[in-house]
Amino acid sequence: MTTNTIDRQLDAKGLACPLPIVKTAQSMKEMVSGQLLEVLATDRGSVKDFAAWSKSTGNEIVEQTTDGGVFRFVLRKK
Amino acid sequence: MTITMERQAPEMVPAAAPLPVPEHEHEAKPRDILIINYSGELEKTWATMILASTAGAMGSKTRVFVTFWGLQNFVKDDRRITGQNVMQKMMSFMQRPGISHRKLSKMNFLGMGPWMMGRLAKQYNVASPRELLEAAQAMGVEFIPCQMTMDMFGLTRDDLIDGMAEPVGAATVIGLLQDGDAPLFI
Repeated sequence: MTTNTIDRQLDAKGLACPLPIVKTAQSMKEMVSGQLLEVLATDRGSVKDFAAWSKSTGNEIVEQTTDGGVFRFVLRKK
Repeated sequence: MTITMERQAPEMVPAAAPLPVPEHEHEAKPRDILIINYSGELEKTWATMILASTAGAMGSKTRVFVTFWGLQNFVKDDRRITGQNVMQKMMSFMQRPGISHRKLSKMNFLGMGPWMMGRLAKQYNVASPRELLEAAQAMGVEFIPCQMTMDMFGLTRDDLIDGMAEPVGAATVIGLLQDGDAPLFI
């Protein structure tokens, strides 16, 4: 497994739609191209939502894991 | 059949290196989104703000044209009575403008419905219409007031929240639709 250096973290646990995506976009705005953002979310719609967001914005999902109801995404800024 | 297949197999082109994904496939610009916010009821205002903030977050150039009852959402929360003449003032008296004072179209029960909705939203960490509006504005979503509605309700630019675009009319909306903006009428 490759280890990625996380540049920024966002705890979106407990937040409902559309806040995990909205807050992710806001965090990304303050980052530079190539940096990695780690997002933790518990919204059960977020797996599909993050895939759609990634496809639309071109920011890549580098890693995606689930741990006891917590979804973890590592996203690389385009 | 079998023989044919065996004969064809050696002729197969050797596996090439995977083709690089064309750059433009990832860089295709998402469609612009145009939301027409016509309604001022709490549930529809909420839907407008959820979709506007999400469209902004997903990288679409997003505009919200605000007309008729929708414009009540964009009057500053602390304005109680708006309008220039008696009838316009009566209208704002009958229904308080401002995004934090919206009523449900069903189950309003003198404000008990919206109060319960607010409590449930807080309990389940759902952002309020106001919070989503602020997030949308921060992400560059443009909110465009309808000039005709402003005139009819006697609203001034100063009655409206900060950061709204120049008021325009229906022709601008149709022009954006002709240009291919994806429309939503709420």
